[in-house]
Amino acid sequence: MSEAPVRKLPKLEPETAFFWTAGADGALRIQRCTDCGTYQHPPFPLCAKCHSEAVAPEAVSGKGRLASYTINHEPWVPGLPVPFVFGVVELAEQAQLYVFTNVLAEIDAVRVGMPLTAEFERHDDVWLPMFREDAAHG
Amino acid sequence: MTLLPEKLACITGAAQSEVGRPSKRSALQLTADACLAAIADAGLRPEDIDGIATYPGKSSEGGGIAPVSPSEAAAVLGIEPRWILASAEGFSHMAPIFNAITAIACGLARHVVVFRSVAQAQARLVSRSSTLMSGSRERVDGNNAWTVPYNALSPINTFALYAQAYFEKYGANEAQLGAIAVNNRANAAHNPNAIYRKPLTLDDYLASRVISSPLRLLDCDSHIDGSTAIVLSHRDAAKDLRNPPLHIESMGMAVGGLWVGRFEGDFTEMPAARRAGRMLWERTDLKPAQMDCAQIYDGFSIHVWMWMEALGLVPPGEACRFVEGGKRIAIDGELPLNTGGGQLSAGRFHGYGHIHEATVQLWGRGSGRQVRDAKTCVISNGGYGYGAMILRRD
Repeated sequence: MSEAPVRKLPKLEPETAFFWTAGADGALRIQRCTDCGTYQHPPFPLCAKCHSEAVAPEAVSGKGRLASYTINHEPWVPGLPVPFVFGVVELAEQAQLYVFTNVLAEIDAVRVGMPLTAEFERHDDVWLPMFREDAAHG
Repeated sequence: MTLLPEKLACITGAAQSEVGRPSKRSALQLTADACLAAIADAGLRPEDIDGIATYPGKSSEGGGIAPVSPSEAAAVLGIEPRWILASAEGFSHMAPIFNAITAIACGLARHVVVFRSVAQAQARLVSRSSTLMSGSRERVDGNNAWTVPYNALSPINTFALYAQAYFEKYGANEAQLGAIAVNNRANAAHNPNAIYRKPLTLDDYLASRVISSPLRLLDCDSHIDGSTAIVLSHRDAAKDLRNPPLHIESMGMAVGGLWVGRFEGDFTEMPAARRAGRMLWERTDLKPAQMDCAQIYDGFSIHVWMWMEALGLVPPGEACRFVEGGKRIAIDGELPLNTGGGQLSAGRFHGYGHIHEATVQLWGRGSGRQVRDAKTCVISNGGYGYGAMILRRD
């Protein structure tokens, strides 16, 4: 019996673990500078804008818009289910605050600019943020 | 204008090894082939070379992307460098060239050979286990952690985001993008070292399979085995050599955005490439309209549009219409583009094929693909880190 392919999961590293485990309580978290208020992703040990080290994970709305997407048709590894949508979300909290994701939507319904909301897909100790259309804005 | 370091350096020789998919020759053999031929092309002997540099150096990674170190190359060439460099930082492929220019301008070296060797085709015959596509469940870290868990296992997935955003913002279409692949292939037909030389029509392009929409198989470059070598010399030492010196009119570089920090812009441009373009034109009195040909990086076809705009060769959003139909970018067009086939048809040299092709054009070696009276060429390089250069012949 062949095992279903699983996603290659991210290592939980000291600076990034909060992002991958945020889904445990259902809230997407993004690093924010508590001095100047700037969000940054991926996280850094200090704020790239004001250089304060007072940076910490902060829960965000999980809302955003699809900045761009691609429909991947290539089965890169045996058994990879295709097609799937890989996209980049611009989070509502700040311009050009981007996270990558899979968009959980019918292929034909995906469009740049579509409103999205986050949910989580759990694999072991990782809660992968995924996005689907935000019906509230539909 | 103050004397800029690049005005003190010239390209005096260039060569490529055989290019295979795969080649039976080892990466070190291919490197020696290219370096010895480039040194001879300059009219020099190996003992004249006192500097050597490469991108990215050697790594234990088995995929053939970094198979030869400059020290190994120096040893096999029998040269005794006073200056040596391997530069992988920021995926800036052109950095060894810029550093060689600086070394020459500072008097650290007089004749430098810069090479780029790849052995990605032969590596893939052995194993894919060193790539992200091995099926291994080992967890990913660094920049891969942000994309690979979403099964974006190839760079095409990332650059497809750019293509889609560009298409939507500017109303571009796939036939316009296909003009890049068709143009490159038409030129490759006249390049004996190109790996793909069979003519390609727009219909062929549109019939090729979609890998990651809107990008198709024919929007991608290909793994190869081969080496390119470029000899740079101080301008005072260049005068009496075999070839008319190719002046480095200006250079520009930048890192940032993709993979180096965080994403910038709206996915329709590479903002750091625009910074490289600005630096390029600040250092010369030449204008974009004075370029006789352009060798524009095409790891994926979409890079060409974004680079053309970053370099100011066309206004933002206009590259798609400029290339449409292929007439303006053909060998006899107003801006002959990727005259040796680019990476799409000549193989993934990480931009060194583009530099080599610029020397081919400016030294009049293009035969069936020669741009008439080519005296200037703009070159751009990189998808993650960005370099650009203008070469000029008197």
